[in-house]
Amino acid sequence: MSETPLLEAVEVSKRFTVGSRFSVRGRHIVHAVDAVSLAVRPGEPVGLVGEAGCGTSTLGRCMVRLYDITSGTLRFNGVDISGKSMREMRPLRKEVQMVFQDPYASLNPRRRVRDIIAEPLRVHSKLPGEAIKTRVAELLDLVGLHRDHAMRFPHEFSGGQRQRIGIARAIALAPKLIVLDEPVSALDVSVQAQIVNLLADLQERLKLTYVFIAHDLSVVRQVSTRIAVMYLGSIVELGRAEDIFARPAHPYTQALISAVPVPDITKSGSRSRIVLSGDVPTPVNPPSGCRFHPRCPMAQDRCRTERPVLSPPDGGRRVACHFPL
Amino acid sequence: MLLAVLRRFGQMLFVMFGISVLVFLIFFATPGADPAARIAGRNASPEVLAAVRKSFGLDEPFYVQYLSMMKKLFVTGDLTSFVNRGWKVVPAVLDTVPVTLSLVIGAAVLWVVFGLIIGLAAAATRGSWLDKLLMILGLIGISMPVYWLGEVMNLITQSRYHDSWLFSWVPPLGYKNLTDDPKGWFLTLVIPWITLAILYIGLYGRVLRASLIEAMQEDYIRTARAKGLSESRILLRHALRMSLISFVTLFGLDFGALVGGSALLTEVVFGLQGVGKLTYDALQNLDLPVIMTTVVYASFFVVTTNALVDVVYILLDPRVRTA
Amino acid sequence: MLEVRDLRVSFHTEQGLMQAVDGVSFDVKEGEILGVVGESGSGKTVSLLAVMGLISDPNAVITGSIRYRGRELVGLPPRDMRKLRGREIAMIFQDPMTALTPVYTIGWQIAEQIMAHEKIGKAAARTRAIDLLAEVNMSDPAEAVDRYPHQLSGGMRQRAVIAMALSCNPALLVADEPTTALDVTVQAQILDLMRKLQRNHKSAVVFITHDMGVIAEIADRVMVMYAGRIVESGSKRDLFLDPRHPYTRALLDSIPPLAGKRPRRLRSIPGSPPSLLDRPAGCSFGPRCPKRFDRCAAQPALTGASHAAACFLVAPP
Repeated sequence: MSETPLLEAVEVSKRFTVGSRFSVRGRHIVHAVDAVSLAVRPGEPVGLVGEAGCGTSTLGRCMVRLYDITSGTLRFNGVDISGKSMREMRPLRKEVQMVFQDPYASLNPRRRVRDIIAEPLRVHSKLPGEAIKTRVAELLDLVGLHRDHAMRFPHEFSGGQRQRIGIARAIALAPKLIVLDEPVSALDVSVQAQIVNLLADLQERLKLTYVFIAHDLSVVRQVSTRIAVMYLGSIVELGRAEDIFARPAHPYTQALISAVPVPDITKSGSRSRIVLSGDVPTPVNPPSGCRFHPRCPMAQDRCRTERPVLSPPDGGRRVACHFPL
Repeated sequence: MLLAVLRRFGQMLFVMFGISVLVFLIFFATPGADPAARIAGRNASPEVLAAVRKSFGLDEPFYVQYLSMMKKLFVTGDLTSFVNRGWKVVPAVLDTVPVTLSLVIGAAVLWVVFGLIIGLAAAATRGSWLDKLLMILGLIGISMPVYWLGEVMNLITQSRYHDSWLFSWVPPLGYKNLTDDPKGWFLTLVIPWITLAILYIGLYGRVLRASLIEAMQEDYIRTARAKGLSESRILLRHALRMSLISFVTLFGLDFGALVGGSALLTEVVFGLQGVGKLTYDALQNLDLPVIMTTVVYASFFVVTTNALVDVVYILLDPRVRTA
Repeated sequence: MLEVRDLRVSFHTEQGLMQAVDGVSFDVKEGEILGVVGESGSGKTVSLLAVMGLISDPNAVITGSIRYRGRELVGLPPRDMRKLRGREIAMIFQDPMTALTPVYTIGWQIAEQIMAHEKIGKAAARTRAIDLLAEVNMSDPAEAVDRYPHQLSGGMRQRAVIAMALSCNPALLVADEPTTALDVTVQAQILDLMRKLQRNHKSAVVFITHDMGVIAEIADRVMVMYAGRIVESGSKRDLFLDPRHPYTRALLDSIPPLAGKRPRRLRSIPGSPPSLLDRPAGCSFGPRCPKRFDRCAAQPALTGASHAAACFLVAPP
C-alpha cells in the first residue's frame, strides 16, 4: 500500500468558461471536475461511474493531459505532470494512453488500420519500418484480429472490431496506464462481453492498469477492483467494487444501483427501487451545499447548506455524505 | 439585450470607419496616385496643379483631408465631386437609391417565390425527371453571367424581336420614376427583374432543395410521420420551416449586398441609374468623393442587413435565443 | 389485435438483396406488453417500422400479412395508413434529443397530432396537451407546454414524446429503445411511467430493446430476434427461467452480473452476426452456436405453443 501510485490526482479541478461577458447569457463557469482526489495503483483497475454531466469523461481526459487542469496536482509515478507543456508531456505519452467511446468516430476514416496502429510507433519509437510492420501484426493478433486486416479501412469493420483496433493502437507502445472512456457503451451486449474479456486478458498479459469510465454499472463491476462514483464533478463514494455494490454508503450510489434493470425476474419484483425525482442537473449552476440534496430522499437541513467532503479512508472506503447509509 | 444592440451598433461604426479609411488610403496614399493630376488633367502645368491642390484642399495632411471629407459627407452634406465641379454628391447618391431598390426588391420577390417553388417541387419529387430538370435549369441559371444574359435579353427584346407582339411592350432602356409613371416604371423593370432573378432562382432553388432533403432525413420528420401527418404538411410545416432558417439568412446577405451596389452589372446593361451604375461611372473617372460616398453607403447597407439577418435568425430559430 | 404472419422485409442494395426481416410471425394481444429483444441487425426495428408503414425506402420490398384488428395493413393505401398512424397505432423512438421539431413548442406539436386526427379546436387541443403533460409527470405542465424542445432535458423530452404518442389514445404503442439514450436514473423513471400509463390507458405496448434487464422489468411476453428471424418467444417467466434457444441463453450469460460472484471471464458469443446479404441456408445462429449439430444445416421452424424456440434441440410438443 505504500508503493507510489501510478497516477495520482490531488484536488484536481477543471473549469470551462462558456460564453463571454457580451453574449446574451453572459459568462458561465462549468465546474466539470471539482476538487477530485484519486489514486490509481499499479495493477488495480479503477472504475469511474456516473451519469451525464458528472465529470467522468472530463476527469479521464485530464488524467491523460488531453485537457489542462485548472487547479490541483496530477502526478504520474510520483512526477508532477500538472503544469507540463505539451512538449514535455510527449515522452510520457508512451506510458499513458486512452481508448475512446465511439468506435465509429475515433478512427481516422482515411487511414488504413496498419497506419492507425503504427502511428504511435512511428512517432515515439525509433524502430525501422520492418520492425514496425511486425509489431503491428503482433498487435493485431493480440487483440483478436486477422493480420490481413491491416490493409483495410475502418469503415470495413464492425463496431466491436473497430474498438479492437483502437485498443491495439493504445497498447502499441506498451503503456503502463490506459484510460478507457466508455469503450463498450456503443456496442451490442454480446460484443461487449468479447471486448471486456479481451481487456481482462490484455491486462494480465501486458501488466496494464486501467481507469475504466462507464455509466453501465454491471460492466464497471466486472472490470474494476476499485470504484469511484461521481456526481456533478465530485467523487461521492470511493471504495472496493464488491463493498460498494454489496453495501452502498451514499444515497446516490444506492439509487444508481437500484435503478439498473437486472435481467433476473426472481429479483426484480422484490428489489426496493429508489426512483429519484428530477433530472440530472447541469454542472453550470450546481446546487448549494451537497450537490445531490435536491434529489436525495434523505436530505436534511445540513445538506442544503454544508457541502460534505470525502470521509477519511475506512477500510479503503470513503463517502462524501453527512448521513451515510 | 441593450448591450447586444449597442455592441452591434459599435461594430457597424467600426466597420464603416475601417472601410472609409481603406478607400481613402487607396486613392490618396498609394504611391503614384495623385488626385490633383487626375483632376487637372494631363499636361497640366505645375502652377495649375498647385492651384488645383489648393482649391481641393489636397495639400493638407492626410488626416485633415480625411476628416474634412467625412465632415462634408456626414455633417454638412455638401461634399462635391472632383470631376463635375459643384455637383453635390450626397444628394446624387440618394437619388439613385430608389432605382437600385426598385430593381433589387422586384428581383428579390421573383427569386424568393420561384426559388421556393423550385426547391419544394424538386425536393418533393426527389429523383424524378422533374427534379432533375429543375436542377439542370437551376444550374444553367447560375452559370449564365448576368451581364451576358442582360445583353442577350436586350438583343432579343430591344432589337431582334422588338416588333413582335411578344416584346413590343418593352420600352427603351432607362428608368421611369414610380411616382411619375407607374406603368412605365413597371415595364422598364420587368426584363431587368427577370435577368437579375434568374441567377438567384437557380441558386436558391438548388440550395433549398438540398436543405429540404437533408431536413427530411432528420429524426423529427420520422416522428411527424409516426404522428400520421400528411406528407405535404410534413414538407411545408416541418422541413421547410427548418430550412427557412438558412434560406432567410442567405437571402438577407445577398439582398444587402445587392442594394449596396452589387447589382451594378445589371444596372449598366439596362441603363438604370442606380447606385451600382453611379459607382461604376465614378470608378471610371476616379471621382473620389463619389466613390467614397457610394462605398460608405454600401458598407452601411451591408452591415445593417447583416444585423437585421441576425435578428431574423433569432426570431426563426428559438434555439439561439437562450444560447 | 395485431397479427403478423410471415413478414419479410428486404432492401435492394448495390451489393444485392438484403433480407432484414425473414419470415417473422407474432401476435400482440390487447393490453399486453410485448418485449422484442435483439442486437443490431436483428430486424427488430425494421419489423415494427413495417407494421407502422414507416418504411419509405423505395428499394424496400415488404411481403406477408399484418392484420390490425382484422384489417390488412400490407398494401394499404398511404392515406388510410396515415389515419391509423398516430391514432390507433403510435410509435416513439430512441433519441429524445432529436425527436421533436426544434422550432415549435411541445404544446404545438402535441396539439398538431390531436388536430390531425380529431375535429377539435386549437384551444381545446392545447388544454388536452396540458393534461397529457401532467399525466406524464412533467413538472409545471401549464408552463412546459409553451417550451421549446431544446429547453428541456432528455428525460423531459422523452416524456413529452410519450405524451404526444398517447394523445389520441392509441390501442397499440410501439416503443423503439425509448430509454437507451437516457441516464439510468432517468430510465428508471420513464419505465415506471410507461408501466403506469399502460395500466391507465389499457394500450398494448411493443417494447423494443437490446437490454434484457429492461425486458425483465417491463415485459409480459418476450420475443427474441436474431438476424431477421424470431428465435424464441414466450412469457417472461418462460424466457428467463427456462431459456430454450442457445442464443437466448448465451445472451443472458454474457451480461455481467450486478450482484453475486463476479465471473473471471464473461461467457461471450464468438464471432459476429451474419451478413444479411446472401444468407446461407440453415439456422442463422448456427455458425456461432456451441450446440450446433448436423441438422442445423436446415432452417429450424419455431416449435412450441406458448413458449416456442427455433431450434432443432427443442423437442416438438
